[in-house]
Amino acid sequence: MTNREIILSRIREGLKVAAPHPYPSAATARQSESSASPRQWLPPVGETLEEQIELFRRNADDLKAAFRVCADTNDARQFLQALAAANGWKKIGLHRGGLVEAVAPRLGLAVVNTEGGYALDDLEGCDAALTECEVLVAQTGSVLVSSGSAGGRALSVLPPHHVVLARRNQMVPDLAAALRWAQEKFKGNFPSFLSFITGPSRTGDIERILVLGAHGPKKLTLLLLP
Amino acid sequence: MNVHAREFNESARRCAADLTHRGLIQKALAGYYTKRDENQGRFQSWSGARDAAAEIKWEAINHLDRYLEEFVSRLEARGTRVFWAPDAKAARDYIVSVARRHKIRSIVKSKSMTAEEIDLNGALEKEGFEVVESDLGEYIMQLRREPPYHLVFPAMHLTRQQISDLFYEHLGSEPTDNPEDLTAIARRVMRRKYCEADMGISGANFAIAETGMISITENEGNARLTTSLPKVHVAIVGIEKVLPRLSDLALFLPMLATAGAGQALTCYNTLYGGPRQPGEPDGPEEFHVVLLDNRRTELLADAEQRDALHCIRCGACLNVCPIFKNIGGHSYGTTYQGPIGSVITPHLRGLQDWKHLPQASSLCGACTETCPVKINLHHHLLHNRRNAARAATSPLEKILWAGFALMMRRPGLYHWAARLARALQPLHGLVQGTLLDPLRAWAKTRSFPRVAQKSFRELWRERKTP
Repeated sequence: MTNREIILSRIREGLKVAAPHPYPSAATARQSESSASPRQWLPPVGETLEEQIELFRRNADDLKAAFRVCADTNDARQFLQALAAANGWKKIGLHRGGLVEAVAPRLGLAVVNTEGGYALDDLEGCDAALTECEVLVAQTGSVLVSSGSAGGRALSVLPPHHVVLARRNQMVPDLAAALRWAQEKFKGNFPSFLSFITGPSRTGDIERILVLGAHGPKKLTLLLLP
Repeated sequence: MNVHAREFNESARRCAADLTHRGLIQKALAGYYTKRDENQGRFQSWSGARDAAAEIKWEAINHLDRYLEEFVSRLEARGTRVFWAPDAKAARDYIVSVARRHKIRSIVKSKSMTAEEIDLNGALEKEGFEVVESDLGEYIMQLRREPPYHLVFPAMHLTRQQISDLFYEHLGSEPTDNPEDLTAIARRVMRRKYCEADMGISGANFAIAETGMISITENEGNARLTTSLPKVHVAIVGIEKVLPRLSDLALFLPMLATAGAGQALTCYNTLYGGPRQPGEPDGPEEFHVVLLDNRRTELLADAEQRDALHCIRCGACLNVCPIFKNIGGHSYGTTYQGPIGSVITPHLRGLQDWKHLPQASSLCGACTETCPVKINLHHHLLHNRRNAARAATSPLEKILWAGFALMMRRPGLYHWAARLARALQPLHGLVQGTLLDPLRAWAKTRSFPRVAQKSFRELWRERKTP
C-alpha cells in the first residue's frame, strides 16, 4: 500500500462512524438560504463606489497605510516625484504594466524591472517598489496582488516602501467579491501566487507592542487613479 | 505519576507563584482582549459567523477523504509534488531527502506548529543543515533554544530587556529597550539569510480543495520571503487544514485574524498554487507539500471528539483560559498548549501519558465560548478524563468508589459514616499536612469544612417530634 492509500484508508475507516451534526441551527439556516454568503455575518460595506472608497480610506488610516485619490496619471506622477525626493529614493523596482508605464518613466530614478527575471541583490537594493494590483477590497483595506499584476512574488515585499497603483474600477466591496472576481478572471488557471496585502508589514512579538516593517515594507502607499 | 505529569505539576506550581511572569502574560493579553472585542463588534453577527465556520469545517472534516483527493489532484496538476506522511518520521525523512537531493546549504523557515510537532528543525540540524526561524518571535525562541510559549505569540513571556540581552549575547548588537530597534536588528540579520537560503520551509493555515492552493496567514512578511526567494519551497500541512471552497476564505481569514490576534485582517494572506509557472519572474523551481497524518486519523475515528480537528490554531482558547494565564505555555510540555492542547495531545501522544492535562481545568467553558469554530472543548476535557479512567482505574480508586456507592445506597450506613466523620474530625488537626493526612492533596491550599453537628435526618426528626 502506498502512503496515500494508507492515509486515505485510515480516514475512510474512521469516518464509518458518523459524527452527530453538532450545529443543527446552522444546518437549517443553510438549507433555508441556499445562497448562504458570509457577507451577512461580516462587517457591513456601503452600496456605492463612493462609500466603498471612503471605507477603504478609513481602513487604510487604521492600518497606517497612506491612501490618496489622484486626479490623473500626471497628478500621481507629481505625487511620486515629491515622495521620491522626500525619501531620497535612488533606485526603484517595478514591472511591466499600463499604469506603471504611465507614471514611472519620468521619475528620473534608476529602475530594476522584474519582468523575465532579476538579480536578487539588485532588487534588495531598491528603495521602493511600484506595482499594480488585481483589486482593492473596501471592507478590509486590502490590496489583492498576484505574480502577474505585481511583477512576481518578491517585488511587493522585498523593498522597504511599496507603492500600489490602481484604478477606481478595481475597487470591490469585500473579500467574497475579490475571491469571486479572481475565480472568474483566472477560470482555474491561477497564477502560482496571490496575496491579500493589508497594511504595511508589522509585528507584535516583543511585549505585544506594534512595530511596522518587520520583514516586509515599513511603508505602504496606495494611489487610486480614475 | 508519570514523568510528564510530574514535570507539569512542578512547572505549574512554580509559574503560578511567579507574579512577575503572570503580570507579563496579563499585560500582553489585555491589549488582545480590547482589540478582539472591537473587531468582533464590527461583525454584523459574530455568532452567525461562528455557526457558519463550524458548519464549513464539519463538512470538510466529515468528507476529508474526498476533499484531500481533490486538493492533491489540483496541486499535482500544476507541478507541485505532494508527499503523504503517515507519521512524523516519514515527514522528517522526506524533507531531509529533498534537502540532500538539492545539496542545500542554508534553510529559512517561517512559523509552523506542525513542524514543531514533528521536531523538523532537530532532524534537519542532525543532518548538518542550518535552519533559521524567520518569524521574529520564533527566531527569539530559537536563539533561546526553547519551544514556542504560545501557538500564536511564541515569545509573549519575555521582556524587551531579555530580548535585548539575548541579541547582545548572540548577535553582538547594541543593548536597547526599544522594540522598534530590536525588530530592526532581527530584520537585518534575516535579510542576509533570505538572500543566501536555497530552501524555504513553511506551514499552512488552510488547504483549499477546490483550487489546490495553500493559504498562509502572517503579519511580518517573513513567510512571503521564505516562499519567494529560495529555489525550493516545502510546506508542511496537517491533513485537517482542508477547506472545501476558495470562497470559504472570505469568512475564515477575518475570523482567524480576529480570534487569533484581535485584528480585522492579518497583514498578509497569501495563496500558493504551485512552483514558479511559465512567464512568472520569480518563485521556487520546486514546490513540495507534505501532508501529515501523525495520528490525526485516530482523532478522526473518535466521532465524539472529531470536531477537535476543526481547530484552525488561532490560539483564542489559550488567551481566555484561566489555567493557561496562571501556569503559562511551557508548563504543558506539549506542542499545542492550552485547552486545545489538553484535548488533542492525549490523542496525538498517548492518553495514559498525558491524562493529567484534561484534569488541569476548571471546566469554566471560556474556551468553548470563544472558539471561532465552536469546538466543544471543555466537554472534550471531560471525555478525555472519562476515557482515561475507563482504560486504567487504580484498584484503590475502584475500592473507594465501590465503598462510596455502597454507603450512598444505604441510609443507615451513611448515618454512621457521618457520625464517625464528626467524631474523628477533631483528630484531623494532629495529622494535617503530614504524609498520614488522607486529605492532604485537597487540604493543601484550602481548609476542610467542618462536618455539621447535626445531620439533616436528625434535624428532621427533631422538627417532627417537638
